[in-house]
Amino acid sequence: MSSSSPTKGYDWTAIAPWLYAFVMFAVWEGAVWIFKIAPFVLPAPSKILEATIQFWPAIWMNSIQTMWTTMLGFIMAIIGGLLLGILVGWSRTIYAGLYPLMVGFNAVPKVAVIPVLIMWFGIGSIPAVLTAFLIAFFPIVVNVSTGLATIEPELEDVLRALGASKMDIMLKVGIPRALPYFFGSLKVAVTLAFIGSVMSETIGANSGLGHTMLAAQSQFNMPLVFAVLLALAVLGIVMYVLMAWLEMRMTGWAHRSSMGQ
Amino acid sequence: MAGGFVEVSNVSLTYGGAGGTLAVDGLDMTVEEGQFAAVVGPSGCGKSTLMKLATGLVRPTKGTVQVAGKPVTGPVSMAGMAFQNPSMLPWRTTLKNVMLPLEIVQPHRSKLSRERAAYTQQAEDLLSVVGLKGFGNKFPWQLSGGMQQRSNLCRALIHDPKLLMLDEPFGALDAFTREELWQVMRDLHQKKRMTVILVTHDLREAVFLADRIFVMSARPGKIVVTRDIEFPRPRPIELTYKQEFNAIVQELRSHIAEARAAA
Ligand SMILES: Nc1ncnc2c1ncn2[C@@H]1O[C@H](COP(=O)(O)OP(=O)(O)OP(=O)(O)O)[C@@H](O)[C@H]1O
Ligand SMILES: [Mg+2]
Repeated sequence: MSSSSPTKGYDWTAIAPWLYAFVMFAVWEGAVWIFKIAPFVLPAPSKILEATIQFWPAIWMNSIQTMWTTMLGFIMAIIGGLLLGILVGWSRTIYAGLYPLMVGFNAVPKVAVIPVLIMWFGIGSIPAVLTAFLIAFFPIVVNVSTGLATIEPELEDVLRALGASKMDIMLKVGIPRALPYFFGSLKVAVTLAFIGSVMSETIGANSGLGHTMLAAQSQFNMPLVFAVLLALAVLGIVMYVLMAWLEMRMTGWAHRSSMGQ
Repeated sequence: MAGGFVEVSNVSLTYGGAGGTLAVDGLDMTVEEGQFAAVVGPSGCGKSTLMKLATGLVRPTKGTVQVAGKPVTGPVSMAGMAFQNPSMLPWRTTLKNVMLPLEIVQPHRSKLSRERAAYTQQAEDLLSVVGLKGFGNKFPWQLSGGMQQRSNLCRALIHDPKLLMLDEPFGALDAFTREELWQVMRDLHQKKRMTVILVTHDLREAVFLADRIFVMSARPGKIVVTRDIEFPRPRPIELTYKQEFNAIVQELRSHIAEARAAA
């Protein structure tokens, strides 16, 4: 699809990711065999697959749990991020006042906040959801407010000379214009939300992939640890791809036109 | 001092508070209703600032601005504006871009959804006047720069503004397109008789289109020469090759050279 020249044969770019992944796992497998690496140090992919099949019900259940907390936190981040982003992008004064605050807030490593959340809400899903929310909303705010704040001043003049209110300008120009920024930030935000909830699960939860991993680790079940890692990677990719697809679907115009020229 | 449709009296404007940039100082300007005025002057002398003052987008630090007999205290909420940069919205088709002012200006705003077909027809007619017949459903990024500028003009005109402000709208166009759009502008003004203020660097453009030309000094800008152009209307494009036309262009050129030298 991407090759423009009429070359003979097959377009390899479509299957390249699969090929590379396959090669990576093959090299991994081979290295473990050749160097006789013990399974409790680095299990071979075949061992990981074995563990995945053996513990499938647990991995599946906990994946669902982690997905659920991630998505809940992510949705909260979308709502909160959109509202705050619009507020911050609305006027330069609000922008000037709130932005440093948010940068400071974002600078606090969220790992350090999780114990506080656990003390407030107890061990369970709530701290995981909240961590996901806290970590994911920042990129959304930044992107939405940037989209709003970078309306061409000339266009704003044209509309204001017509008697447009700030609300008109936001609805007709600002918000549509911020949408590509918003959808672009979702890819980053969903990954961060995922990191947040898993992080919280490894600190204080009684379900979820993070918790499963911790349990496997305390039993020295290295194949299961890696099976969980793999499950995390797969989930992460799935969510990212979903958001990338959504971005393409919603904001095709922004890719075909060069914005802000 | 009343009488003019746009009355700028002794206006000064400093950007960025006290100690900021004094953009214009002691500016006086009168444009009659239905008149086509052009503003020329050295770069950075405050022409765009004058446009913003006249439309109420910025408030003068000193002096007063009146439009249609009323003091301007905020955006005039009826002026059509077009700048050198077409600034079309890339997510709207050309037709939807052109119709944007109708979603804002009263009374069109409240009538738009009921009379959409009539308004759409009106926008399509306007597009064909500027030579964009059939391009309404194209997106701006599918149009050339010149075509975008034509739709920009349509957007400024769609709500039949009584005041039209043009800030170097033809500046980035090739000579042929520019002269073609001069004639489009001339015919539109002939038909609608709105008041036009055109900022331009092109003296031939000013002389061809305008009834009255204001020459500004270097910054801080003020009007140093007001020149009425008496050529009868409608003016054919061949006028621009005539001796008496070029004499006025030369005269204005020397005024601007003086204004620049004085800076
Ligand atoms: N928003 C602003 N803030 C501060 N200074 C400004 C602002 N806009 C314009 N100026 C200053 O005011 C002066 C006049 O600017 P203006 O844009 O009106 O000039 P102009 O005559 O339109 O120039 P040009 O012919 O290059 O378009 C310039 O010195 C400019 O630096
Ligand atoms: Mg200018």
